[in-house]
Amino acid sequence: MSVKVSMKVNGQPVSAELESRTLLVTFIREHLRLTGTHVGCDTAQCGACTVLMNGKAIKSCSIVAMQAEGADILTIEGVAKPDGTLHPMQAAFKENHGLQCGFCTPGMVMNALDFAKSHPNPTDQEVREALEGNLCRCTGYHNIVKSIVAGARAMAAAK
Amino acid sequence: MEHSLIGKRIQRKEDYRFLTGAGQYTDDVELPKQTFAAFVRSPHAHARLKSVNVEKAKKAPGVLAVYTGQDLADAKVGGLPCGWLITDVKGQPMKEPPYPVLAQGKVRHVGERVAVVIAETLEQARDAAERVEVDYEVLPAVVDAATAGRKPGIHEIAPDNTCYVWALGDKAAVDAAFSKASHVTTLEFVNNRLVPNAIEPRSANAAYSRADDGYTLYVANQNPHVERLLMTAFVLGLPESKVRVVAPDVGGGFGSKIYLYPEDHAVTWAAKKLNRPVKWTAERSESFLSDAHGRDHVTRAELALDKDGKFLAMRVKTTANLGAYLSTFASCIPTILYATLLAGQYTTPAIYCEVTAVFTNTAPVDAYRGAGRPEATYVVERLVETAAREMKMDPAELRRKNFIRQFPYQTPVALLYDTGDYEATLKAAQDLADVSNYEKRRAESLKRGKLRGLGYACYIEACGIAPSNIAGALGARAGLFEAGEIRVHPTGTVTVFTGSHAHGQGHETTFAQVVADRLGLPIEKVEVVHGDTSKILFGMGTYGSRSIAVGGTAIVKALDKVIAKGRKIAAHLLEAGEQDIEYENGTFKVAGTDRQKSFAEVAFAAYVPHNYPLDKLEPGLNENAFYDPTNFTFPAGSYVCEVEVDKETGATQIASFVAVDDFGKIINPMIVEGQVHGGLAQGIGQALTECTRYDSDGQLLTGSFSDYAIPRATDVPSFGLDTRETPCTHNPLGVKGCGEAGAIGAPAAVMNAITDALGVKDLAMPATSHTVWKKLQEKNHARV
Repeated sequence: MSVKVSMKVNGQPVSAELESRTLLVTFIREHLRLTGTHVGCDTAQCGACTVLMNGKAIKSCSIVAMQAEGADILTIEGVAKPDGTLHPMQAAFKENHGLQCGFCTPGMVMNALDFAKSHPNPTDQEVREALEGNLCRCTGYHNIVKSIVAGARAMAAAK
Repeated sequence: MEHSLIGKRIQRKEDYRFLTGAGQYTDDVELPKQTFAAFVRSPHAHARLKSVNVEKAKKAPGVLAVYTGQDLADAKVGGLPCGWLITDVKGQPMKEPPYPVLAQGKVRHVGERVAVVIAETLEQARDAAERVEVDYEVLPAVVDAATAGRKPGIHEIAPDNTCYVWALGDKAAVDAAFSKASHVTTLEFVNNRLVPNAIEPRSANAAYSRADDGYTLYVANQNPHVERLLMTAFVLGLPESKVRVVAPDVGGGFGSKIYLYPEDHAVTWAAKKLNRPVKWTAERSESFLSDAHGRDHVTRAELALDKDGKFLAMRVKTTANLGAYLSTFASCIPTILYATLLAGQYTTPAIYCEVTAVFTNTAPVDAYRGAGRPEATYVVERLVETAAREMKMDPAELRRKNFIRQFPYQTPVALLYDTGDYEATLKAAQDLADVSNYEKRRAESLKRGKLRGLGYACYIEACGIAPSNIAGALGARAGLFEAGEIRVHPTGTVTVFTGSHAHGQGHETTFAQVVADRLGLPIEKVEVVHGDTSKILFGMGTYGSRSIAVGGTAIVKALDKVIAKGRKIAAHLLEAGEQDIEYENGTFKVAGTDRQKSFAEVAFAAYVPHNYPLDKLEPGLNENAFYDPTNFTFPAGSYVCEVEVDKETGATQIASFVAVDDFGKIINPMIVEGQVHGGLAQGIGQALTECTRYDSDGQLLTGSFSDYAIPRATDVPSFGLDTRETPCTHNPLGVKGCGEAGAIGAPAAVMNAITDALGVKDLAMPATSHTVWKKLQEKNHARV
């Protein structure tokens, strides 16, 4: 069965006829060709597919696209400024070597953006607990934690 | 050099694309007229294929083709070769059973590929795969490595399931030393099987063009030239010149993406049959079932000591589980990369190791971060720590008493260590870990109801496996050199082509630092290209922490040629003798004068050779080099782990973890620290959380991230790192490699700490809360 879905992605209105079972992540990757959102597992554990839906971090593999009908979706491609300047959270990941292979990175950044809104000056432990749903196999999390602490502070300072 | 870039924390060139979603991983590549593949996989660990009926699947919507093992056999597609021939104790070659792309007559592990369905969309391919009807005659499964030798053979060629029995060392000398020992420490343990789990699942996307009869394979792989060589020569029988392999951005490897995998070959073969690109990307559940796993040893290890604690001899007997088929480098991991490391950092004069490698109905096992060296370090460092406790000696002092202190040092297990300073790293680790105040911390933990323990591990590893001729004599079927090319452009910018492959290691930055430093150019003028056989002249790829030591040296050798030619050009331009030209900070100078030409001016003259010695010199400034090392490099270090165990629940937390490593010269400390962090987390994962379980029927019980616990952020601490430096003596950068150290040293350090906390001799990895709690109960009952 096909359904029509419409939503905003990175500020742009988009709509498509999709099979009703199409996952939001499939819509983002395969239909919109926004391939920065990744798929790292099939059990909603790894968090590589994390995007913001109406400002909240969600795993885009765990809802179907039509559940996002009318929503405002932000993917990693929409985070930097239009001129390409990195968002403070992205910059913090670069400055603190918070990424290696880059595969989990978009999900980490998207989760961190949501987390930082309510944690302008987080402790390491708060960050580690907030990363419950995001797996990284490269960094041992050490520098991701540093990045998110620095990024959250930079976001708060920029307000 | 005034402004050396070596040792600088330069931020990574590759980060911008990864942080903005612009990375291009294999699954991100979408080709015109793309089709999608889904594999039908065996649900049984061991079964005869009575029939494979694909008719219903072929008629399903969108399906373009369904292929089975019979189709590949008819097309004379070969099996996957093994890259290392081990010769057994009787001088016989190891048993090499066929490893088909799609099952031929039998399946030998859950997840083995029986058929491939190709359709217009991924959903259609997956839906149709459900309609392939396979009639299996289920056979008893061989799962347990320790008893596999007594079970019916799963391969005709190996009726006792034994691939080889191999040994290294002087058995008579070891037995004699044991007979004189005043103390013998014995341990029996399992080095637990691990699933590598790079977060990017494996993926392959192959295209074929009738226009030039050429193939292009995009694949998540650590060594695209090796993949191409083995694929063309052994499996598909194609000219290498007709196959381009591209390993674009790759989302972690840890060894698991070194190998040839059947899926890569199936989609490449099918791309020509269909004359359309065919893409397959693993679901995580497929990764668990079909990626090569790591470790999986059952070992009995003994250490003989004299009354003063001097090591006299070591005797090790290991059964290594190779899984159902010989993966690409499976055979050399529990042998060449394991037994040779059993001297560790110590002067143990006699060592004997015997390894029985067996086939079982489980996923193939191959190199995983550390590859043999974590297993060896676990043997040595658990033995040493246990011996110290049994002999009531300080574990650090026992190590000191036995450290190798003079270099070069020839071990009794074939390696020649070029340099090291084990005392320096141990002392630094003890200082950083504040070991002198440990008792205070232990008492404080106890007040909170927590058992605290401290464990050391002093590891050594052999990186940059080499040289090719010796490796060849030991059975390697590939070279172990690396290639690099420096292409200087007419305006003086530089592109570096390396046969190394980065999948998180940051080569685009580290190699650019090396090149910019040597040429005296701003790093922005240097770009690094890797991962595409159509661009790179050749490459053996990245594994075994070899990239900087082998790949980096190839680049340096090519740079030397560039500078040598530049001096000739500059001598002509400056009307001076070549011997008077010096190169410094990006400038060719006539020694002792102010006459000079910049690097860019010399480059321009090479490509616009109007004023140029054309009679003596070719135009252009483009040099390449192949480098085959004379020896391994030997990174080493000392790790100190403290744990806290909850007496009531068995929950174990890493209270602190200190790692002091000697990687020789370090190019970018920020990147090196990142490598150590990641390795430590994987090592801690092996010790605390990662458990691969097959049931007695060969069903994988831990086949998802819900069941198999790779460490989450709350499972690991922030790490305390430091380095000491003894430069490698046989490469021009003095570098040793850093990619695997953490995973090699951490498991023994953690388990030494936990056994210390519990006051027990041994405990199985992973030390989950349940395992620890059970051990505490046993101990408490024993006391009553």
